[in-house]
Amino acid sequence: MALRPMRPRSDLPLAVDPSSRFLGWITALMAFLAALALAGAMLVSDMAQRWDSGLAGGLTVQVAPMPGAPVAPLDERAEAALTVLRSFPGIRSATLLGGGEIARLLEPWLGAGATDPLLPMPRLIDVVAGGPVDVAALRLRLTSAAPGATLDDHAVWLADLRSFAGAIRLAALGVVVLIGAAAVMTVVFAVRTGLAIHRPVVELLHLMGATDRYVSRQFERHVVGRSLRGGGIGLLLAGGTMYGLHRASQGLRASLLPDLALQPWQWAVLLLVPGALALLALVTARWTVLRTLESMP
Amino acid sequence: MIRFENVGLRYGTEAEVLRDISFTLQPGSFHFLTGASGAGKSSLLKLMYLAHRPSRGLVTLFGRDMALVTRRELPELRRQIGVVFQDFALLDHLSALDNVALPLRMAGTPETDVVAHCSEILRWVGLGNHLHATPSTLSGGQKQRVAIARSVINRPRLLLADEPTGNVDDGIGMRLLYLFEELYKLGTTVVIATHNEALIRRFDHPRLHLDNGRLMVLPARGRVHEARAKDARANDPGPIDSRGE
Repeated sequence: MALRPMRPRSDLPLAVDPSSRFLGWITALMAFLAALALAGAMLVSDMAQRWDSGLAGGLTVQVAPMPGAPVAPLDERAEAALTVLRSFPGIRSATLLGGGEIARLLEPWLGAGATDPLLPMPRLIDVVAGGPVDVAALRLRLTSAAPGATLDDHAVWLADLRSFAGAIRLAALGVVVLIGAAAVMTVVFAVRTGLAIHRPVVELLHLMGATDRYVSRQFERHVVGRSLRGGGIGLLLAGGTMYGLHRASQGLRASLLPDLALQPWQWAVLLLVPGALALLALVTARWTVLRTLESMP
Repeated sequence: MIRFENVGLRYGTEAEVLRDISFTLQPGSFHFLTGASGAGKSSLLKLMYLAHRPSRGLVTLFGRDMALVTRRELPELRRQIGVVFQDFALLDHLSALDNVALPLRMAGTPETDVVAHCSEILRWVGLGNHLHATPSTLSGGQKQRVAIARSVINRPRLLLADEPTGNVDDGIGMRLLYLFEELYKLGTTVVIATHNEALIRRFDHPRLHLDNGRLMVLPARGRVHEARAKDARANDPGPIDSRGE
């Protein structure tokens, strides 16, 4: 089955060529993959941005229970850590998280057991830096004032996440570039085959006074029409897939995954995919036809 | 209009199919191109409609030395030449109107004018009821008339026809030749390749006669046959009807 576009008058019967009959479907597949890759890249960018805004300049201090150890009680050590933090240069605020908040954070891993009062829970202090903080000095002071306290600098693993997100974005863009290259090769193949099949007609058109541009326009109209239709179908399929993933991610009880929803401007970017494929097909078809015709008398 | 000087044509490494061809066609002239099958008539026409370049010699068309014409300049020259191909060379997927419209669309004529002009000329050749018929549904004679309509739609300065009467009966062939003569009277230079002696005898035009790749120019007989006048009166075509042949 081939996509059957409306048939504008064409001097070359390209629509019935075996090579070009599947151009629309191939383009649909490419648009589908390109749209998913782009959507993935944009979602990862969003995620990295959220991490950035939520975690940049943040520190977490954990004061662990030390049953049996000759140290002060947990709450006293937590208070001592708070005192150190609030007096340390560069720290804007330090807030001790309540038991309910800690239980909520642990719920994805521990389930309802996270609220068990018998479970020895650490104390967590959320710290916001207001400027540069000497993390090594702060760590030293914390361990001496509050044994069992550990300092988690978000900047360290935020850097790792940023580089991971960058790699994913790069990979997605690489996939888009590869899809573009495959689209170019497909169009080149379809156009060259079309020229070979219809060479007698092309020669006849030349004898009647057709310029190379006149002939190339026939191919351009054909591949652009097919690409737009195929691209539209691919985009619809990608949109459906994105919607399905969004619904599936909403159904997850644990919030391990970010919300897989695109912003309106990101949908607008995806809407450009069929147009971009059609533009690529147009330029490729023109270049291929003009180059090939140069060798004809 | 056309000047050939010592022109030779060979295909690949084969022997020359045209040898030492020299002649001049004045603007507004009418010539028959005759010769036995294989004498080189189609090859000579191909040189005239710029499908080939000569292997040697000088070809001048519309005052331009063809050896100096670039590939980019060819379409403009070709648009001034109307060709009726022996096999019609109609595009099977296009209607009669779209086939005839090809030269106009190539020249960038506005679409409303294209449809008006093509409908008019198809009516003139008796195919007013077949504007949207595809070639596969037309008879040989009807296809021939579509091909002729296409060759003259953009008022070419030079009209070349390769065996235009080869696929039609003598009656239709005669009508087509009257059509060509009308164009000749309107100033078009006409060259018709044929080996139909019966038709040639009825028209008083010079011949380019090819014999084994060499050309002889035979002047017109210098008189109009009485028979032709009689035929003209008896066979006055009027508007050619659209009945299939």
